[in-house]
Amino acid sequence: MTTPTIESPKAPVRTHRSRFNLEAFGWVFMRASGIVLVVLIFGHLFVNLMIGEGVKALDFAFVGGKFSDPFWMVWDTLLLWLALIHGANGMRTVINDYAHNRLVGVILKGFILVATIVLLVLGTLVIYTFDPCPAGSPADLLPSFCGTVG
Amino acid sequence: MASAVASKSGPIAHGEVPTFPVTVIVRRFDPEVDSEPRWVDYDLQMHGTDRVLDALHKIKWEIDGSLAFRRSCAHGVCGSDAMRINGKNRLACKTLLKDLDVSKPIYVEALKGLPLEKDLIVDMEPFFDSYRAVQPFLIASSKPKDGKERLQSAAQRKIFDETTKCILCAACTSSCPVFWTDGQYFGPAAIVNAHRFIFDSRDEGAQVRMDILNDREGVWRCRTTFNCTDACPRGIQVTKVIGEVKQAILRGKP
Ligand code: HEM
Ligand code: SF4
Ligand code: FES
Repeated sequence: MTTPTIESPKAPVRTHRSRFNLEAFGWVFMRASGIVLVVLIFGHLFVNLMIGEGVKALDFAFVGGKFSDPFWMVWDTLLLWLALIHGANGMRTVINDYAHNRLVGVILKGFILVATIVLLVLGTLVIYTFDPCPAGSPADLLPSFCGTVG
Repeated sequence: MASAVASKSGPIAHGEVPTFPVTVIVRRFDPEVDSEPRWVDYDLQMHGTDRVLDALHKIKWEIDGSLAFRRSCAHGVCGSDAMRINGKNRLACKTLLKDLDVSKPIYVEALKGLPLEKDLIVDMEPFFDSYRAVQPFLIASSKPKDGKERLQSAAQRKIFDETTKCILCAACTSSCPVFWTDGQYFGPAAIVNAHRFIFDSRDEGAQVRMDILNDREGVWRCRTTFNCTDACPRGIQVTKVIGEVKQAILRGKP
């Protein structure tokens, strides 16, 4: 008994796709940023709301003090960028899920993109150009180090 | 268990299997008459050993012969009678009525996400298109030596054992919320059947299949909802299998 011979059986159909695409990157990013965000968010909440006097300590001086400390400036920048990009990419997924109409989807995703860029630019500007000691303000509202500076 | 053994060996009287009344509500749709599907109630007297498929047979054979549904083997082998039973995708031939709450009506409708043709019958073509797209066949350039079979160790076989069990019933794919809204998504079943060959040591097409699934509409659309794992009548851990394919794509090799 002989079996039929098939030359080079079923040659695969080659498709042209890049090995590492945006969807794969997004998938990894959501997980990687999620892990970092757990530390950043809970660290942020702990320091702002629980340590010392808790939520009562939150005032202009408290925020001004944080925005003058390079450690918190880096922390808040990371939190801003990771949370916004993570959230924006998550919303992109949700829009892909629910927007049946292609045009509606493109418009909504356009809004998300613009909002994300505006918020990233504004937020970063605030973190790095914040003046904790605006001239002519009553000293009791300002961080303690203001008197020594100006 | 002694009494169960005793009753098995003894003669079984007629009518020993208890019967109970049950209402089955079927989502009927006749494209020539209806503009919208409609729910129709059927009151039946069924046995404790009956399955949802038996209830459908009773309706078709004794009440309304126009009821349309697919079934072939009636024993969980062919995969033709997947449908939504009380909101969950199940094979009608593997779902015992007594395992459902028969004090309430049982709702039976066609699979979601695939075009409805008539009553419980959907167009399976989009489903099979995705299946075909992952090239679910052995791709090998070499011939096995001396006209013999391609050798594979038991350990190598075990890696993809689970996904060889798929019967292409579409229960998983049509239970996936991503598939409901995005018909382009390959869907769980196509990924399961790609897994079957990606992890087969005799196959050489893993890279091609991984490229296909590393697509906008590929594995990254999966949001680990676990509906597919819950739906699979073959007990395949579909979500885990999809996860393994994701990992393989990130690694760049099976
Ligand atoms: C506590 C830290 C966080 C972790 C561990 C985390 C983790 C994740 C993961 C893994 C996903 C992907 C889910 C999937 O693909 O199935 C996701 C999705 C998402 N995340 Fe986060 N995330 C965190 C914080 C945030 C924050 C602060 C925001 C808002 C700015 C956010 C907004 C979203 C959105 C909108 C989605 C998409 C939801 C969906 O896919 O249904 N997440 N998150
Ligand atoms: S993986 Fe399970 S549910 Fe999906 S098609 Fe195969 S047998 Fe059906
Ligand atoms: S009729 Fe064949 S699987 Fe149910």
